[in-house]
Amino acid sequence: MVFLAEDSKGARPLARFVGAGAAPSWADIVAFILLAGAAVLVVHGAEQMGQPLAQLQTEPVTLDPARLPEYALRTTLRMFAALGASLLFTFTVATLAAKSRKAELVIVPALDILQSVPVLGFLTFTVTFFMGLFPGRQLGVECAAIFAIFTSQAWNMAFSFYQALRTIPGDLDEVSRQFRLSPWRRFVRLELPFAMPGLVWNTMMSMSGGWFFVVASEAITVGNTTVTLPGIGSWLAIAIGRGDFGAVALAVGAMGVVIVLYDQFLFRPIVAWADKFRFEQTASAAQPRSWLYDLVRRTHAIRQLLAPLSWPGRWLASIDWPRPHVPALPRLSPAAVRVLDLAWIVAVGAAVSAAVWLLVVFIAPVLSWRDLLSTFGLGLATMARVVVLIAIASLIWVPIGVWIGLRPQWSERLQPVAQFLAAFPANVLFPFAVMAIVGLKLSPDVWLSPLMVLGTQWYILFNVIAGASAIPSDMREAASIFGLRGWQWWRQVGLPGIFPYYVTGALTASGGSWNASIVAEAVSWGNRHLEAVGLGSFIAKATAAGDYPRVALGVAVMSVFVIAFNRTLWRPLYRFAERRLRLD
Amino acid sequence: MNAIPKLPLVTVRGVRHRYGKPQGASLLVLDNVDLTLSENEIVGLLGRSGSGKSTLLRSIAGLVSPTEGVVELPRRAGEADTTVSMVFQSFALFPWLTVMQNVEIGLEAKRVPKDERRKRALAAIDLIGLDGFENAYPKELSGGMRQRVGLARALVVNPSVLLMDEPFSALDVLTAETLRTDLLDLWSEKKMPIKSILMVTHNIEEAVLMCDRILVFSSNPGRVVAEIKVELPQPRNRLDPAFRAMVEDIYVRMTTRAGPGQPRDSSIPGVGLGMALPRVSTNTIAGLMETIAAAPYDGKADLPQLASELQYEADELFPIAEVLQLLRFAELEGGDLKLLPAARRYVEAEVDVRKHLFGQHLLSFVPLAAHIRRVLDERPSHQAPARRFRDELEDSMSEDYAAQTLKAVIQWGRYAEAFAYDEVADLFSLDNPI
Repeated sequence: MVFLAEDSKGARPLARFVGAGAAPSWADIVAFILLAGAAVLVVHGAEQMGQPLAQLQTEPVTLDPARLPEYALRTTLRMFAALGASLLFTFTVATLAAKSRKAELVIVPALDILQSVPVLGFLTFTVTFFMGLFPGRQLGVECAAIFAIFTSQAWNMAFSFYQALRTIPGDLDEVSRQFRLSPWRRFVRLELPFAMPGLVWNTMMSMSGGWFFVVASEAITVGNTTVTLPGIGSWLAIAIGRGDFGAVALAVGAMGVVIVLYDQFLFRPIVAWADKFRFEQTASAAQPRSWLYDLVRRTHAIRQLLAPLSWPGRWLASIDWPRPHVPALPRLSPAAVRVLDLAWIVAVGAAVSAAVWLLVVFIAPVLSWRDLLSTFGLGLATMARVVVLIAIASLIWVPIGVWIGLRPQWSERLQPVAQFLAAFPANVLFPFAVMAIVGLKLSPDVWLSPLMVLGTQWYILFNVIAGASAIPSDMREAASIFGLRGWQWWRQVGLPGIFPYYVTGALTASGGSWNASIVAEAVSWGNRHLEAVGLGSFIAKATAAGDYPRVALGVAVMSVFVIAFNRTLWRPLYRFAERRLRLD
Repeated sequence: MNAIPKLPLVTVRGVRHRYGKPQGASLLVLDNVDLTLSENEIVGLLGRSGSGKSTLLRSIAGLVSPTEGVVELPRRAGEADTTVSMVFQSFALFPWLTVMQNVEIGLEAKRVPKDERRKRALAAIDLIGLDGFENAYPKELSGGMRQRVGLARALVVNPSVLLMDEPFSALDVLTAETLRTDLLDLWSEKKMPIKSILMVTHNIEEAVLMCDRILVFSSNPGRVVAEIKVELPQPRNRLDPAFRAMVEDIYVRMTTRAGPGQPRDSSIPGVGLGMALPRVSTNTIAGLMETIAAAPYDGKADLPQLASELQYEADELFPIAEVLQLLRFAELEGGDLKLLPAARRYVEAEVDVRKHLFGQHLLSFVPLAAHIRRVLDERPSHQAPARRFRDELEDSMSEDYAAQTLKAVIQWGRYAEAFAYDEVADLFSLDNPI
């Protein structure tokens, strides 16, 4: 966090700190101890990462419950490292896209595609790359795991930041230009605060997405190499391999505890705090609340205790970077600008054709047209699953979501539960499904499918809840006065009211389901392996076998499917919702 | 005042500005505008929307660089450089900063040390009457208080010229009046560091109340059509006959032809098919005709009187009057709006006759409506995509104007039942729903 709370009472923390006298108060001591403890934890984790790879062999991940807290810590550290990288990526790349038209031309479509592409499939390539970067060290594999998590987090954050930068209100932009705010000051005072609510929300979404990948990225098998980094993901992989039911349950419990902890101690307070950045001039009716945030704000001692945490942020915010003396560029004539644009487009086009050629050269010698066709067929199978499951999930959750959303006392309580369920990595629950399918001798082709929406259906639920609670009360009153009931109520009030929200939820859910298919179509429990015919299991198998051309083909085909799906179905629905069903 | 003539604070010479691309549809918003701003005066830029007055203000603020012409803040011997600061119609406060931080932001940008910053911000807050609100967030304040923050923020950087872009138009009548009076008091008591004020407004009374000099702008494109010196002593009284006479005079200037042969100044730019139509509802059109037909107007209304009676700003009343004139229901002359016989028939008729009469006038006098109807009649299917007309319009006007024009004509056509429009299919047709 670069931009921290600035309430005026603590506007000069350093001065107060010095002014408090030479003897440090108990608050200072406690703060110091806490901070030192956190630092030790981080340093310890980082040190572990620097250990040689061989240590993993001598000290393998064990299913010892005493080690579980440490594993949980390592996993969480990885998550936050990836989050840090994602924030850095967001601030640089999204800013570049918003400020430079030429960069925008490339970055925006790229982000849009990366957002909807199965990043899990890339794991194979990145592991090889990072292990080559730090040969013989754990750091290489750590980086690969962190990178895998990063690839699941960064895009939507960058996208939201870019969109915020593009929609900065005109008058505030004019004020900052009129007062000649330096770029840094403009970032700290205008751009970051304006983007904050969307960024916080997207960061939370990313964190949930990240959990899914932690499980898949800590125990990495590429060809003959298997590396298991200490962490919950590896624990789980081993427990699944051994068919140890108790260990799986322990891991699920640990994960739940970690998620609740950072939700309560980190995200809730941040969401409550970020509410002040919401761009509206009127006080909002329902403010997000956090007991911790309220406690910190109300309790003087705790506020002082936490003050040191905000110093780096304040210090950063108050830096006056020396003004760079860039000579003003001569204004180019429109013709010259057009020529430059054209040259840029040509350059981008050349790079794209080179990439296509590279891909073809990489795939073509090994694979034939038949492979392409059959992969496409597998894609259709997975698509059928996604469509059917999203439809079923909608049929179940839309009525329930509307019912909850129309009852504020329920939605207040259940909304966080739905969000928690969405954050929970569903892949840890897969073993239970495998046991059921094997035990009941069901067809994996059909019964593995529900696993794809196990984790993603909650997006539909909590978006529908939000949509239903946003239906204006006068509309609901009008509907009840005129006696709208049954199907007519749904057709004319309920469905149009929730539609924009539903589309958002279903879009996220279907994207997530495609991604989940890679882990959901091929699952195992002990020595029993189940597989459903589909693109996901194709990619999973190729990854396990280290068959790079097939992985590339599978990922490419899946990307094509996801993008086509988004462009032909979700985007038009989205536009329709924007145009016709807005309630303002 | 008999001061030795000094160099002006701001000079603007031959400024033209167009929006849009150099080739293709572009809109000339400012045409050959000259302006000088000297010390100790409040100058008002008065005009309707589309007269480019805000663009001119932004050129002086350095936010817009005009397509042609010069904007200068001349260096004056023995004086500090001229600096400008601006107050916005929408207040433009940072919602995440407190009043204090909002006021400080300009000083922060100038890298004024923290203690001095605080001192000066407190002084400005004190001056503008915001004591006690230092730690409030903008969303906790009323509109009037927010604009006070905007003023304090503009004044704290010690500008020599204060630019104000319709500073009171987002406020309710009472609040706006209090703020105007407070500002005038500060100005006359010379409590503010500024040497001159340049304000944009579309409110004629506000201009006469506050300004020493008023530049009246025509619209589409914006030109200075008149410069009026207001020599009434401050504080001015709105009920003073001299004040009323001046308001009346400006109304007349804003509605009469600029000269023989020249097109009458109008907010309806363009001719024939290329006429950009304002979105005025048929209810409003009918309502205005009914009002003027009834007592006390009996068919002829004085615009200033009508505006104050109906609680309209001049800016809101003009487009309605002009649509009436376009449809030949009324005539606009010398600040008066006079109903034609057709309007009397309209007012007295039943709903269906009204629609029929409106349709006749629409198809005879609005070329675009006639064109759409002709195309629909000629086609065997009696259908035509709206895209086609939008494209035609965009040949002669910007995209926004084309969209607005089409929306206006769709609303009028639907009311007159001259043609139907299906929004989902974006299609014009002759079917009427049963």
